[in-house]
Amino acid sequence: MTANNYSQLCIGVTGLNANDNPGPGVAVIRALKEGLGAGLRVIGLSYESLEPGIYMRDMVDKTYTIPYPTEGTAALFERLTYIHDKEKLNFIIPNFDAELHNFIKLAPQLQQIGIRTFLPSIEQLMLRDKVNLYDFGQKNGFHIPADHKLYSTDDVQKAIEELGFPVVVKGKFYEAYIAHNKEAAIKAFNQLALTWGYPVITQQYIKGTEINIAALGDGDGNNISIVPMRKLYITDKGKAWAGVTIEDAALIALADKFAKATKWRGGYELEIMRDADDQLFILEINPRFPAWIYLTAAAGQNQPLALVKMALGEKLSRFEEYQAGKLFIRHSWDQVVDIADFQRISALGEL
Amino acid sequence: MKLKKNIATSENGFIFNPATGDSFSGNAMASEILLAMKNGDTEAQIKQQLLQKYEVSTTQLDRDWEDWIVQLKEANLLEATTYDSK
Repeated sequence: MTANNYSQLCIGVTGLNANDNPGPGVAVIRALKEGLGAGLRVIGLSYESLEPGIYMRDMVDKTYTIPYPTEGTAALFERLTYIHDKEKLNFIIPNFDAELHNFIKLAPQLQQIGIRTFLPSIEQLMLRDKVNLYDFGQKNGFHIPADHKLYSTDDVQKAIEELGFPVVVKGKFYEAYIAHNKEAAIKAFNQLALTWGYPVITQQYIKGTEINIAALGDGDGNNISIVPMRKLYITDKGKAWAGVTIEDAALIALADKFAKATKWRGGYELEIMRDADDQLFILEINPRFPAWIYLTAAAGQNQPLALVKMALGEKLSRFEEYQAGKLFIRHSWDQVVDIADFQRISALGEL
Repeated sequence: MKLKKNIATSENGFIFNPATGDSFSGNAMASEILLAMKNGDTEAQIKQQLLQKYEVSTTQLDRDWEDWIVQLKEANLLEATTYDSK
């Protein structure tokens, strides 16, 4: 496919919740716009009416609400078919962990109606699931903090006896808290179980430097792109609010080892803690681009653009260089929108 | 031992370690010494330059140099544990 073919693409993107725990959608769109130019048409796919990306008219041409993942694949396919009839989508980039299962299941059907995706398999998705992460590390030689799966407050007691304090308490899909005593651990357990369901996971706390790696696997055991970033400013939710690209062969080797072990297909993020002995612990593996993905484009490796090209059949060479010392500093911004726009997306599911 | 090869320094004393993401602010003196270290000057050469340029005793300079190396080590900016004095 030539550059001209890329210039008229219509791409659907989820994860427009650019809030204090941001989805990656707006950053993905920014990278795509930079790589594909003004001819790109972006269709936002939203779950809630207050996702800020819906109202970013310079980023998103039109937004449609889509059913929550719990409504299943049939409802999602019906909605995507409706959107496709109107917009002629070429490609969809899902950006939420919780929706990926449905999109992966639907990928063959979507391809039949002309919508491409570039996603991992269900098996790959499950390998790195928080529930399976420790076993995955044991089998493949990665350092993963010890963990426990929690289904009751009795399980919390057993876990803290083994892991000690502080301990990290994590939701099945999102959110994590550091608990310094039993009461805080139980409170976090109850809150996370209520929000994200069971199991809740407790993980051994590793002290060190937080590093994230954004990477793009080709599905054959190789990475096309790897960009490590050190968190410089971390919010109370543990999210990077500022970060800087760094160069370290050990981090690149770690991502390559992961791609080789899993044959990962698509974007992913390794959340790393480097301890005082320089050991690299994988705290989490996110099966999608991170919210800071635009930094990869800014540093010279536009991963969302590369993803689109690979999905459309182009064979890409691996990026070999990026600029270390490139910072991102996130900020919040009050968008002002007319209530009519809010009403339209709320009532009609389109804006 | 030497300053790690990828360490970026600027004229105003800003130091960035691209391997770790650490950054530091140094004064004009730090900037001058770092530049000399990056150029491959030995400890003896750097000390000689400082003795010629500033009013400082050898004893004081040696003490300050030890402090300087400790700071560089703590900041993880050196290739190994000591700066080569040869």
